[in-house]
Amino acid sequence: MGVLVNKNSKVIVQGFTGSEGTFHATQMIEYGTKVVGGVTPGKGGSMHLDRPVFNTVYEAVQNTGADVSIIFVPAPFAADAVMEAADAGIKVIVCITEGIPVQDMVVAKEFVKSRGGRLIGPNCPGVITAGEAKVGIMPGFVFKPGRIGIVSKSGTLTYEAADQLVKAGLGVSTAIGIGGDPVIGTSTKEAVELLMNDPDTDAIVMIGEIGGTYEADAARWIKANGNKKPVVGFIAGQTAPKGRTMGHAGAIVGGKDDTAQAKMEIMRQNGLYVVESPAEIGKTMASVLKGVNV
Amino acid sequence: MNLHEYQGKEILKSFGIRIQEGIVAENVEEALEAAKELKLKYKSDFAVIKAQVHAGGRGKGGGIKVAKNLEEVKEKSGQIIGMQLITPQTGPKGKKVRKVLVAQDVYYPGPSQPKEFYMSILLDRAKSRNTIVYTTEGGMDIEEVAEKHPEKIWKEEIDPKVGLRPFQARKIAFNLGLKDEAFKEMVQFVDKLYRAYVQSDASLMEINPVLKTSDDKIIAVDAKVTIDDNALYRHPDIEKMRDLTEENPIDVEAKEAGLNYVKLEGNIGCMVNGAGLAMATMDLIKLSGGEPANFLDVGGTANAERVEKAFKIILKDPNVKAILVNIFGGIVRCDRVAQGIVDAYNNIGNIPVPIIIRLQGTNAVEAKKLIDSSGLKVYSAIEFYEVAKILNEIVKN
Repeated sequence: MGVLVNKNSKVIVQGFTGSEGTFHATQMIEYGTKVVGGVTPGKGGSMHLDRPVFNTVYEAVQNTGADVSIIFVPAPFAADAVMEAADAGIKVIVCITEGIPVQDMVVAKEFVKSRGGRLIGPNCPGVITAGEAKVGIMPGFVFKPGRIGIVSKSGTLTYEAADQLVKAGLGVSTAIGIGGDPVIGTSTKEAVELLMNDPDTDAIVMIGEIGGTYEADAARWIKANGNKKPVVGFIAGQTAPKGRTMGHAGAIVGGKDDTAQAKMEIMRQNGLYVVESPAEIGKTMASVLKGVNV
Repeated sequence: MNLHEYQGKEILKSFGIRIQEGIVAENVEEALEAAKELKLKYKSDFAVIKAQVHAGGRGKGGGIKVAKNLEEVKEKSGQIIGMQLITPQTGPKGKKVRKVLVAQDVYYPGPSQPKEFYMSILLDRAKSRNTIVYTTEGGMDIEEVAEKHPEKIWKEEIDPKVGLRPFQARKIAFNLGLKDEAFKEMVQFVDKLYRAYVQSDASLMEINPVLKTSDDKIIAVDAKVTIDDNALYRHPDIEKMRDLTEENPIDVEAKEAGLNYVKLEGNIGCMVNGAGLAMATMDLIKLSGGEPANFLDVGGTANAERVEKAFKIILKDPNVKAILVNIFGGIVRCDRVAQGIVDAYNNIGNIPVPIIIRLQGTNAVEAKKLIDSSGLKVYSAIEFYEVAKILNEIVKN
C-alpha cells in the first residue's frame, strides 16, 4: 500500500491542459495512476486526455471524488492553486512548481494546515508508491516495488538512490520528494514518520542537503522514537561554500549548524547509517539489512 | 539578490522609515560635492564615508571612516574608493570598492545619550514563519552576540494568518528599554520595517545598528537587504538595482544562458542535471581526491545547445583539468543526451581536458555505446561508483 498515494487514490491535475501538465499526466496515466480529471480555469466542460476538465478544484472534487492533486501551475499562481486545492478538501496536495516566492508559501502552508490537508513540495519530484501510483515527474521504471522508503529533497538524486537500491536487489515502497525550497509543506521528519508507521516499509533512505535543520530534526526524532527501522542517510553539499545558493533555493549554508558535515554528525549520533559517498547508498542499505556492520 | 546599503535604505525610506541620509559617490570629487550638500542640509562638518560592496564587516576592513571636515572627506574617500576591501565575509582576495556612500553624522550631541540596537527580519525555516530578531547589543557582530550573550537576543515570531500585531511591536520597544517619544518611534519603526520586508519580498532585512538618536528619533544607520530572486518578477524597480560588478562574470554569463552555475576553487569541472545530484557529484569528486571547480545544474532537458553552453562556461575557468558529466536521464532519454554531448563536443572542436561521461537511466546502455563509438577521447560510465574509480585514476596522474 505504501503511504500518501496508492492504487485507489483519485488524482486530479491542476494546470492539466498546459504542456507540463499534459506531458506528465500522460506519463502518470501510463504508469497506472488513477487520474480522474483536471483543472484549468476557463476550460471547464471540455475533455483532455479522455478526462473531464473543470474550472475549479471544488467542482472537480464534487464530480470525481478526487482526494489527491498534483500542481503544474506557473510559479506566480502556484501558491494560490495550493490553497484552492486545500480549500476544496483535497487531502494530499503535491506541488511540482519551482520558483514560488517564499512569502507566498509562508501563507499557503499555514492555510493548508488550517484546512487539514497535507502539502508535499513545492519544487519537488512528487510521490510514488511503486507499482501502484505515481503522482510526480519521476521516471517510473526506476522505482521497482519493494520495501524501502525514500525521503529526499532532491529529484535526480532520488532516482539515483532508487536505482542503486534496485541494483542492490532491493525495491521501493514509497518515495517522497519533499522539495528543495526554504518553505515546504512536509518536513523530512514528517515524511520519515509516515514511513516509520508504514507496515509495508522495512527501512528508509533519507537524503538531505545543506541548509535548514530538517535533517537534524528528523534524526533526533528517529532516535527519540526508538530507531524502529534502519535509516541510511546522505547529505549533499559537503563541498558547498558558505553563503551561496546551490541550485535549490533552500540549499544554502548560513551558519555552522546547517553544513553537510554538521548534519551528518547529528545523524550518526542518533543512530542513522550515514554514507559519505552518494555512490554507496544502495550497497550500504543492502549491508545494513543483512546485519553487516557498516 | 543582494543589495547595497544605499539601495536597501532607499527601499526603507519608501516605506516611511527614517534612515541615515547619504549620497552615493564614485570618485573623490563626487564625494566632496556630496559632503558639501550634506553640510548645508544638516549643519554638521562630520560625514561618514562608507564603502558600498556586498559584504558585511566593512568597518573592520577599513571600509567605513568618519571624516571631521571636507579635507578629511577628500583624504578618506580617496583611500576607500578603488581599494581592495577585505572583510571576514569577502574571502582573502577582498572586493574592489567602486562607490561609497557619503552619509550624514547621526551621532550628534543632544538632550539624551544615543543608543544602538540590532534588528533583523528573516524567515525561520524550521517554523516556516517570518521572525523579528533584535537585541540591545547594537553595532556589534550579531554572531558574536549570539555566542557570548544568547540571553540578550530576542525573537518575535509572526503568525502569517494575522501578520505583525501592535502588541508585538510594543513588546519589542519595551524589551529594548525605550520610553516616551523613542518608544513611540520604535513601535512605528518595527511596523514599517515589517511591511517593507513583506511587501518587497525580502528574505533578509538586517539593520545594524538601529539608532536612537540624542533627540529620541529611531534611525536605520545601515541596511543589509536580500530580495527573494523568485519574487523579482513583481518588483521590476528592485530588479533594476542588480549590480553585476558584484557578481562573478562567469556566474552572470551562465545565468543568461539559463544554467545554474557557481564557481568554486577546485580543478575538476562538472555538469549535472538536478541540484541535489550536482552537489552529490561535487562531493564524489572530493572523495575521489579531486576538488570541484564548480556547481552546474544543466537542467532537466540537457539538450545539445545547453550542453554546449555548459562546456564553454566550465572551460572558461583555467583551473579546470578534467570535466565530469553526470546525467540521470529519467524522462529525458540518455541516448538523446549522449547525442547532444557528441554534437556539442564536435561544435566546440578539441576540448583539451579529459572528460568523463556518466549517463544513467532511460537507454543508458545505448547511450554508452553511442559515446564509445563516437571516436571522442572520453571516458564513459553508467554506475556512480565507476565514476569514482575513473576520477581517482585521473587525479593520480
